[in-house]
Amino acid sequence: METVKLTIDNKQVEVPKGTTIYKAARKLGIDIPVLCYMELHDLGVENKPAGCRICVVEVEGRRNLAPSCATECAEGMVVKTHTTRVINARRTVMELILSDHPKDCLTCPKSGRCDLQDMAVKLGIREIPGQEYAEMSTYKKDFSPSIIRDVDKCIMCRRCETMCNEVQTVGALSAVNRGFMAVVAPAFEQDLEKSPCTYCGQCVAVCPTGALTEVDHTTKAIRAIADPTKTVLVQTAPAVRAALGEEFGMKPGTLVTGKMVAALRQIGFDYVFDTDFAADLTIMEEGTELLDRLTRFLSGDKNVKLPILTSCCPGWVNFFEHNFTDMLEVPSSAKSPQQMFGAIAKSYFAEKLGKKREDLVVVSVMPCLAKKYECQRDEFKVDGNPDVDFSISTRELAHLIKEFNINFEELPDEDFDRPLGESTGAAVIFGATGGVIEAAVRTAYEVYTGKPLPKIDFTELRGMEGIRSATIDFNGLPMNIGIAHGLGNARKLLEDVRSGKANYHAIEVMACPGGCIGGGGQPLHHGNSAIIKARMEAIYREDAGKPIRKSHENPYIVKLYEEFLGKPMSEKAHHLLHTHYFSKKKDIYIK
Amino acid sequence: MHLLICGGTGCKASSSDAIAEKLKLELAANTLQDEVQVILTGCFGFCEKGPIVKVLPDNTFYIQVTPEDAAEIVKEHVVKGRKVERLLYVDPTKKTTIEDSKHMGFYRKQMRIALRNCGFINPENIDEYIAREGYQALGKVLTEYNPQQTIDIIKKSGLRGRGGGGFPTGLKWEIASKNPADQKYVVCNADEGDPGAFMDRSILEGDPHSVLEAMAICGYCIGASKGLIYIRAEYPLAIKRLKVAIDQAREYGLLGNNIFGTEFSFDIELRYGAGAFVCGEETALIHSMEGLRGESSNKPPYPAQSGYLGKPTNVNNVETFANVPPIILKGADWYFSIGTEKSKGTKVFALAGKINNVGLIEVPMGITLREVIFEIGGGIKNGKRFKAVQTGGPSGGCLTEKHLDTPIDFDNLVAAGSMMGSGGMIVMDEDDCMVSVAKFYLDFTVEESCGKCSPCRIGNKRLYELLDRITKGEGTMEDLERLRNLSQVIKDTSLCGLGQTSPNPVLSTLDNFYDEYVAHVVDKKCPSGQCKSLMKYIIDPEACVGCTACARNCPVNAISGERKKPHEINQSICIKCGACMDKCKFDAISIK
Repeated sequence: METVKLTIDNKQVEVPKGTTIYKAARKLGIDIPVLCYMELHDLGVENKPAGCRICVVEVEGRRNLAPSCATECAEGMVVKTHTTRVINARRTVMELILSDHPKDCLTCPKSGRCDLQDMAVKLGIREIPGQEYAEMSTYKKDFSPSIIRDVDKCIMCRRCETMCNEVQTVGALSAVNRGFMAVVAPAFEQDLEKSPCTYCGQCVAVCPTGALTEVDHTTKAIRAIADPTKTVLVQTAPAVRAALGEEFGMKPGTLVTGKMVAALRQIGFDYVFDTDFAADLTIMEEGTELLDRLTRFLSGDKNVKLPILTSCCPGWVNFFEHNFTDMLEVPSSAKSPQQMFGAIAKSYFAEKLGKKREDLVVVSVMPCLAKKYECQRDEFKVDGNPDVDFSISTRELAHLIKEFNINFEELPDEDFDRPLGESTGAAVIFGATGGVIEAAVRTAYEVYTGKPLPKIDFTELRGMEGIRSATIDFNGLPMNIGIAHGLGNARKLLEDVRSGKANYHAIEVMACPGGCIGGGGQPLHHGNSAIIKARMEAIYREDAGKPIRKSHENPYIVKLYEEFLGKPMSEKAHHLLHTHYFSKKKDIYIK
Repeated sequence: MHLLICGGTGCKASSSDAIAEKLKLELAANTLQDEVQVILTGCFGFCEKGPIVKVLPDNTFYIQVTPEDAAEIVKEHVVKGRKVERLLYVDPTKKTTIEDSKHMGFYRKQMRIALRNCGFINPENIDEYIAREGYQALGKVLTEYNPQQTIDIIKKSGLRGRGGGGFPTGLKWEIASKNPADQKYVVCNADEGDPGAFMDRSILEGDPHSVLEAMAICGYCIGASKGLIYIRAEYPLAIKRLKVAIDQAREYGLLGNNIFGTEFSFDIELRYGAGAFVCGEETALIHSMEGLRGESSNKPPYPAQSGYLGKPTNVNNVETFANVPPIILKGADWYFSIGTEKSKGTKVFALAGKINNVGLIEVPMGITLREVIFEIGGGIKNGKRFKAVQTGGPSGGCLTEKHLDTPIDFDNLVAAGSMMGSGGMIVMDEDDCMVSVAKFYLDFTVEESCGKCSPCRIGNKRLYELLDRITKGEGTMEDLERLRNLSQVIKDTSLCGLGQTSPNPVLSTLDNFYDEYVAHVVDKKCPSGQCKSLMKYIIDPEACVGCTACARNCPVNAISGERKKPHEINQSICIKCGACMDKCKFDAISIK
């Protein structure tokens, strides 16, 4: 490998050719402050528009200061990272950025976790000269069902744009307007709701300021708890327990299932249930649908669509409703676990309690922002009453626990309530990429072949590779399985399916890189895939420790079918647990 | 005999088309249509006195011609051989008429290389270009030199980029030639955006083939088979003539496959810009051509490494290209002999502002500002005093009296605190307020910043606000310090050339006209009387006779007083329009 030698702050360093000054300095332990720069290590994505100009350094012989995040090292280069010229420039630029940024930090949702705030502290900004007569650029606030855009707080770092366009290929966000009014927004400054946004929330996950935040459902959830006429149920998604601890200083990958249950009880939820129960239910329905389509396909039915695509990820559902409108028949019609849970809770469980569905409030805790949108979809309501009332993110739950003054670390482990709290290992792995399809295979194999699985772990379906495929032997029938996580990868895979290049029986897609564990509602991982990997290991650890690891063996699921639904894909199951999809393709006309 | 009529955008707006039609009609009426040709050419440069009609072969230069003059020109000059005295240019100092344009002060010191064909040929006729050695340079290069030899000629000539950067052209070509790729591009930057500049437009309108020919030569040198001209959509005439020229060149086999029977193939397409100033910056220009947002990106990678569609791309400005064919034909030594030590050849300037001879000029490098302004430009309008000249457009600085004898070249202008830029030159007189001038340019850059980097996006806005406060009398001495620091930081930290130079008007006026800033800040006065917030109209009670003329003419009823008694202006109502002063017959109203 070709290398270059250079001097940074009087220290010699040798780095591979093409290394930036910023990275070379880090090698020397010199931490040059960066603001717009972001590196998503394992996704191979780097956001370096060199726009904020905070990371500038002095390079000998160069007329102006160089952005260290984007300037490559050259042989013999002499770099100074903190001369008075550099310090003055950084501080002045920071003052400029702050002069066009609202000062409502106290009530900003990002307060305390804001990169801009941290930088202001680091650079010692105490006042902004001329603020009293400095005009601020102002824009309308945009409230979508999942994401709030408070664009006054946008600093044009373009991280969201990189996530939305390069990683997710959604194309909802890009820079619009010029000069002082330049800002990141959907095309024609439309609201997010009118854009192809999937609410995956990856933009929110990387936004350094309060410009992009989630819609708050915690206040509504607390009000429901406080209402004596309401019975409030909470369901928690599998990925939450693998990441929630991080918000309390625990190591990534710490499983906090028991503490989370205890905390939710202390907050005052009447029943603490598990979305994993519904995940097992999803496998029953989706697995049956897969086998149904497969058998019809194998018997020569030309009307059957294969591959079957998983449909539990609402960001993914939004994505294909926008981008693959010609393939709306392909995904499984099974609702997501969140919605299956709501539908069962407000029918089966309401009956058990002897209450009307209106008296029940279902709150979900999700690693996801698209779930906030999903629970508001009209098709998931009965006479205007939603199956799931509110959806709060992992981050919001952490806030809530802190607000309720609960000493999370010291909490004793508690168990979920019955009957909707019992789940299998198959449900747990829904939280990681490849998990849904592995869970489906565990059940489908046994149902299809009538034989017990020789081994439960399908390691060939696991991993972090963006697009993966594997063939599972179903007693002589080679089952081709595809997996994609991150919508950019999903697009590639789907385009191959559309063009006939790829030949799969079943495909799992998760909108977020890593699956739900890397969701837009999770504690911020700042693109550090080591964190995602640790969460993934935790998920598989929980699975391995479960006494039952196949969805169809969940006794409460068996009971639910016996008492209430009949059998998978029965008329009642169809009515409660299945849905259909709409084309959201938009034609934009310029007047 | 030929009658040449300026067909540039400026003279066309003053009905030069109608003049041409009338001349043709008159010639036909005298059955001279076959002997005398009427030709619409490109710009003559002397826009101040347009529309221009030039008679060849005697070089008679008629100015400010109207369609009504056509009959007289034909009857007197063409038929009887008598010049139409009243349409000739009068030397402003000697007060005598000048018949031959060569003897006019405006042309005497000019040297036309890039503009060699402007005003001589019909730009929509390739034969006329060919008749003036057109496409000979391309032929010579393709048949006699290999690419490196050609690059060496350009390198040796000392030609530097005329778009403002001043980067050695030959070197730029060499870098692009050495980056291997399956496809490379030659891009002509015709996104002329400086306020008041029209050098590139005039070349494209007057001599489009010279640019096409040079692009093909460049394509041969760097190994590109595709050329793109990025031109702003606001230049419809230039676009039309380029289209005609490209079609004709293709028809003649001078563009397309196997040019001059060689292996070399090259073709050119147009790309339209939406008029963003920043798209003159090469990375922004390339992004715009790719259909992306017109904003700059960090260099390296330079376009020569990764440009249009990620391929090696050589971007040169229109004027740079226009210089190439003469260099090939007359040799590098000839070009190298013109100009100063480090700036060779000529430069085209658009002279504008408070100057007598507004127009387009081409002068050898090394000429002084004094020669340009007072000899070619004919001095300051209305006998006023020269105050400053702004070179380099919004990126340049304001130079003063003390810089007048500085020889103009890339390095001297930078040393003096300004820059060559693309060639805008705006002259200011004693009535111009330099704080307002700086504010005017900042207003422009605030509008034109792409918004990508924070110092340019926010910093220029803050500079503008500070200047605005100063012109309103709200500035403090501390603000002057802030202006300077902010300007320096913006220059030091901005991503592209726009922000790296946008504070120049502020810094150069701070350097050269600091007293004027202090007057605004400390004395709350605008010495030039331009800043409305800082001036007051006052009625001298001694001189006022109470005629009521001022009060009757005040549009906002700010003046009160009884008949035959001294009147008074209510300063809180006055909008400083000056109508009262115009109407006062007794000189009783003055500005304080």
